[in-house]
Amino acid sequence: MPENTPTPGAVPEGAADGTPHLQFRDVVKKFGDNTVLDDLNFSVSQGERVTLIGPSGSGKTTILRLVMTLEELTGGYIDISGQPLQYTERGGKRVRVPDKQRRRTTTQIGMVFQHFNLFPNMTVMENIIEAPVHVMGLGRDEAADKAEALLDKVGMAWKKDARPSQLSGGQQQRVAIARALAMDPEILLLDEVTSALDPELVGEVLGVLKDIAAETDISMLIVTHEMQFARDVSHRVMMFDQGSVVEQDSPEKIFTEPEHQRTQDFLRAVL
Amino acid sequence: MSDIWSWEHAAAALPALLEGFKVTLLATLLGTLIAVVLGLVVAIVRRTAPRILSLPVTGAVEFIRMTPLVVQLVFANLVLSQFFETLTIGIWVLGIHYTTYMAEVYRAGIDSVAKGQWEAATALSLPRARTWRAIVIPQAVRNTLPALGNYAISMFKETPFLIVIFISEMVNQAQNYGANTYRYTEPITMAGLIFLAASYPMSLLIRRLEKKLA
Repeated sequence: MPENTPTPGAVPEGAADGTPHLQFRDVVKKFGDNTVLDDLNFSVSQGERVTLIGPSGSGKTTILRLVMTLEELTGGYIDISGQPLQYTERGGKRVRVPDKQRRRTTTQIGMVFQHFNLFPNMTVMENIIEAPVHVMGLGRDEAADKAEALLDKVGMAWKKDARPSQLSGGQQQRVAIARALAMDPEILLLDEVTSALDPELVGEVLGVLKDIAAETDISMLIVTHEMQFARDVSHRVMMFDQGSVVEQDSPEKIFTEPEHQRTQDFLRAVL
Repeated sequence: MSDIWSWEHAAAALPALLEGFKVTLLATLLGTLIAVVLGLVVAIVRRTAPRILSLPVTGAVEFIRMTPLVVQLVFANLVLSQFFETLTIGIWVLGIHYTTYMAEVYRAGIDSVAKGQWEAATALSLPRARTWRAIVIPQAVRNTLPALGNYAISMFKETPFLIVIFISEMVNQAQNYGANTYRYTEPITMAGLIFLAASYPMSLLIRRLEKKLA
């Protein structure tokens, strides 16, 4: 179990057989002629929380979107617990994984978005039980009980019958977190989850996430501009620039004595 | 007797007009039902089906939109009258003609659903069919309700074209009354007023709906 406040060198061990939970192999992503990620290799261990930092346009969000299959890989492979996510190698050829199989893999992955993306035509409760009922095949009552507990955890049980439009940004994001957790994800992707919030609402969302980090061993891939949050919850921080890793280390090391000039410049600009 | 307007003729024409109005109403309701359902099907096919299926559908839609309703009515009646009742043909032609317009409305509605909604559905691993049914269509239809209502009114006002295949809707009844009595002013005026009385409240309703959705 990862501790609440990770210390340097406390990065959790990989899965028992040593297979990384999430692995990028030679990943290339281009949008037209624009190469966003160029031959990227990295992995995340079971239960590890990794924060991606770097200037905008450095490809951080693209990494999360690739893991969620919201973007198609241009080259390379992503594996989840050793299983191919988007493409696989067969007979020396790179073969696309069919949608159905992709969906089976992505049920292990949850994502929280910058703009919440709750379904406005559903109540808070309906938002949360939608996937458990229609993807995992849970009964409505069972799903509702579980949703109730999750809403309680994020402090939103009292709004379960409200529509998203009746909630503040912070409340919507807390519901979105509960919605992602309702699928019991093993990997959680947090994509600038506080960037669209009024400053006074950021705290409630980060508080909820810190609790979740403390209470579960979900692996997390985090893109954020909240450096204190990154410092509090992550085991490892990866500094990106122009589609590749500039340096990576424990948050203490990165935030106190970063080695590279580009990391120093970036941190000076944002801190 | 007054030459321009006779209340007696107005009153005498009324029963036949109301009889015709029933046909008008029936054609509008069933035609709208066909257009509302088929329009959605067409919009979804054009968006999701492989080219081999979506291309012919697109071709048919464009063909129907680019030819006049009257021509379609006469043509369909010529070809199909030995198999179906005239009213059935009329209703289907109206319905399919408006299907092509409603499909465009739905297309705009589907496009207006935010990209983030699709992405959230993917993030929850929802199957495609469920995403359409539970998330995209409800939001798209909500956005398109006012436009769909306006097309329903428009169809209502175009039902008199059914005259060309001799369906006794309201305006046809008015003409018949005129042909028998040489009094056209009263029945035609009354028919116009009945149209107004029916479509104006509906347009007010749609305007309220628009405000509510905005």
